[in-house]
Amino acid sequence: MSQSCDISLRVNGETVRERVPVRLNLVDFLRNSLGLTGSHVGCEHGVCGACTMEVDGTMVRGCLMLAVQADGSDITTIEGFGEHQRAVDLQAAFKRNNALQCGFCTPGMMASALEYIEAGGVADRSAIREHLSGNYCRCTGYQSIVDAVVEVIGERAAK
Amino acid sequence: MTGPTHIFDQPNAYIGRSVERPDAQRLVQGRGQYVDDLQLPRMVHAAFVRSPYAHAKITDIDTRAAEQAPGIIAVFRGSDFEDYVTPYVGTLTHLQGLRSPPQMPLAVDAVRWQGEPVVMVVAQNRALAEDACALVEIEFEPLEAVCDAETALEPNTPIIHSAYDNNRAWERLVDAGDVDTEFNRGDVTVVDHVFYFARHTGVTLEARASVVEFNPSDNTLIYHYSGQAPHMMQAILSKILSLPEENIRIIARDVGGSFGIKIHLYGDDLATAVAARILNRPVKYVADRNESFVSDIHARDHRVKGRMAVTSDGKITALEIDDLTGIGPYSMYPRSSGIECNQVLNLTGAPYAIDNYRAKGTIVFQNKNMMCQYRAVGHPIAMAVADGLLESAAHEIGMDVVEIRRRNLFKDNSYPTSSAAGMKFDDLSHQQALEKLVEFMDYDSLRKDQEAARQRGVYRGIGLVSMVEVTNPSPMFYGIGGAPISAQDGATVRLDASGALHVSSSITEQGQGTNTIIAQVAAGVFGVNIDRVKVTTGDTATTPYGGGTWASRGAGIGGEAVLLAANALKEQVLDVAGTILQCARESLSIDNGVVIDAQTGAERISLGELGRLVYYRGNELPSDVSPELVATRHYRVTDFPFVFTNGAMAAHVEVDQDTGFVKILDFWAVEDCGRVINPKLVDEQIRGGVVQGIGGAFYEECVYSEDGQMLNASMADYLVPMAAEMPDIHIAHIETPTKTSVLGAKGAGEAGTGGAPAALLNAVNDALRPLNASIYQMPMTPQRILKALGAV
Repeated sequence: MSQSCDISLRVNGETVRERVPVRLNLVDFLRNSLGLTGSHVGCEHGVCGACTMEVDGTMVRGCLMLAVQADGSDITTIEGFGEHQRAVDLQAAFKRNNALQCGFCTPGMMASALEYIEAGGVADRSAIREHLSGNYCRCTGYQSIVDAVVEVIGERAAK
Repeated sequence: MTGPTHIFDQPNAYIGRSVERPDAQRLVQGRGQYVDDLQLPRMVHAAFVRSPYAHAKITDIDTRAAEQAPGIIAVFRGSDFEDYVTPYVGTLTHLQGLRSPPQMPLAVDAVRWQGEPVVMVVAQNRALAEDACALVEIEFEPLEAVCDAETALEPNTPIIHSAYDNNRAWERLVDAGDVDTEFNRGDVTVVDHVFYFARHTGVTLEARASVVEFNPSDNTLIYHYSGQAPHMMQAILSKILSLPEENIRIIARDVGGSFGIKIHLYGDDLATAVAARILNRPVKYVADRNESFVSDIHARDHRVKGRMAVTSDGKITALEIDDLTGIGPYSMYPRSSGIECNQVLNLTGAPYAIDNYRAKGTIVFQNKNMMCQYRAVGHPIAMAVADGLLESAAHEIGMDVVEIRRRNLFKDNSYPTSSAAGMKFDDLSHQQALEKLVEFMDYDSLRKDQEAARQRGVYRGIGLVSMVEVTNPSPMFYGIGGAPISAQDGATVRLDASGALHVSSSITEQGQGTNTIIAQVAAGVFGVNIDRVKVTTGDTATTPYGGGTWASRGAGIGGEAVLLAANALKEQVLDVAGTILQCARESLSIDNGVVIDAQTGAERISLGELGRLVYYRGNELPSDVSPELVATRHYRVTDFPFVFTNGAMAAHVEVDQDTGFVKILDFWAVEDCGRVINPKLVDEQIRGGVVQGIGGAFYEECVYSEDGQMLNASMADYLVPMAAEMPDIHIAHIETPTKTSVLGAKGAGEAGTGGAPAALLNAVNDALRPLNASIYQMPMTPQRILKALGAV
């Protein structure tokens, strides 16, 4: 049987206080307790990248972190990236390039892409591919995702 | 069939344009609705205890401790379901002789593969269900496992099903012409190779998932389905659960990838439905990744002995193959596990005019996870065997691999025609595709580069494939064999009071862009802006009856139904408009949401005004006019069993002879899928397909121990294609519309997966040839390449 703990954190700009089982992982907490179903569960062992989200400024795997470890943290999920202005251009580029098909990898893929772009990553296709190599996509073959990232880097540089 | 081709060149004809997918916006904002996202009142969660043995008798199951665990709602064994489930058999009558024993959702007396579900635990949440699974005590008496397909039929091998006299599931022989005479001629060169294709699996990023609701007050069942064929699921659940078909509703919202994985009936999903019925409350089951690896269907796993005879001027005179495949302990329900082997026999050498062809297929039972249809069923095997032999033969006789294809491909002016295996072809363009590929990839320059690289000790290879793809299947695929799988699809197009169109269709969306192309066809044919078209798919309660999306049939069959329905509605609307405007309906047309004068283009009445008049102010219409602003049409392919497409692909690779690693430098695909509805979406289908083919060629393999344990059932151990290793893929099109429909679209969804492995195999062998090495085994791992080089 699992014990529970009180946690307090910020999720997409809102303060959240919940009592959670200590064994509950972060992505399950966000999905099941908070209804933030945009972060997806693909492998539950840190390989596929579908649950990639931002915790205190770093992109992490939501399946490899416990909810109790997020106590005091500031978390942004795809819902936060989507509704704030941070990824509007990336979303548009994903749509324009059809850089998603089934959409299941997309939240994590966009989080990793955003990490690369915001860190000042250059429009080098192999560097982008390398950076995204922790996010599995079965549908696209990745080329259109790389195209989308290259376009956004160009657009932001032109501003 | 010919039709009103003017619909393709109207100003707002969306067909042929790379329209962005309207539903993509939800997905990039994290607002998708996948099955696991669903939370329902009183919903409970299932987990399964699975067999740790490949083959064992079950001697005792003790669930008492599990039943006392916190949060437990119910614990079910296989025998608990016997009153609720009619056993099901995965055979098709047209695969004559295919046999398979009846199946139940959970194992009852024996387990026959590692991963087979044995006990189901239902609890307040998944974690508690898994806790209780650990408390279930099952006593097994292990039996010898039959794992190796090559020895499955030997007399001293145990027999998996006692009702049968051996482990054979099916066999088929194709024998056309006089193969023996041709091979024995003195003046031909004969090449022979044994090809091995590993087992691999779909690895959909969203695992299989089911939420099932049962309402005892009206005896209805709602199945929230992550899959491709809602009406098929409705029919088979009705049959197995003895519920009236109309009492079952299947709803598929967003589906996180399927590729054929989620189109079959799995015991755990069925058990979820049974549990919902017994418990009278919603039950959710989502496979975890380990469960996916040991219970999602596997595919391929073929050993093909092949030989080909060619004359000195490069003409193929005979081709013979012997295909052996193991399918696990049962043939999968309802599509059977016989189709992949059948396709290998039907399609090997199909692009080439070959008179003498013999193909033997043998399917055996074994104690491994079940095998069934997965993207490009049979195609990667058939194409790699034929084109692998062909390029090998070309080198034996000293002929270029392009030239030998020129001399054997069906001529572009030879249609309609048939292959030696009896496949009927029309509207193909093999020669044109090959020439376009040669130009597109700059074949001659690549050969020069290859030569120069070899001087530097760098081993590059170029490999090609000419291919066909089975698309738009008629009822000859499944319906003829007795499966409740529709080959026709329907579309209902409705004009609403505001002047918007609503389309509901029986084809389904798993990310291909189905909903987008439906909107494109409807908007273009009817004459409204695409923003005013809303599409519903994936719900048996609200869509016309049809087959769904599989076998590259959505655009070709479902798209044609939309075209016919939109065209019919347009005629009906013009009838009403003629009455309202008191003019001849022939003088009117519809453009951009407005009824116009066909001659002058002058606006006569907007569709919104027409809709409001009909729906709200019918009093203004003559009493003998009964407007119908909705039309439904269905379509099936009648002229051919399948509508084949063709293509040509090429791979350029570099093999590191020290490490055995292969770098894919470039990949080209020329595809003829008939009329292209949305070029971007078609390109992306091909790219994704090629990358799945690269997975099969270099990475993916379900590795089993001799006693039937899958050794790499995690994403850390099973390799899938990731971004860093993938090349950019160049795509060009030829458009030869099929005459079987007005739309003229053929499928494109499986071409990449079907063709890429052959091109890659040929490219690697081309690179290895100066090193006197060759490989005919996939995946072509570094270890296998080093072994081929004699380095390990």
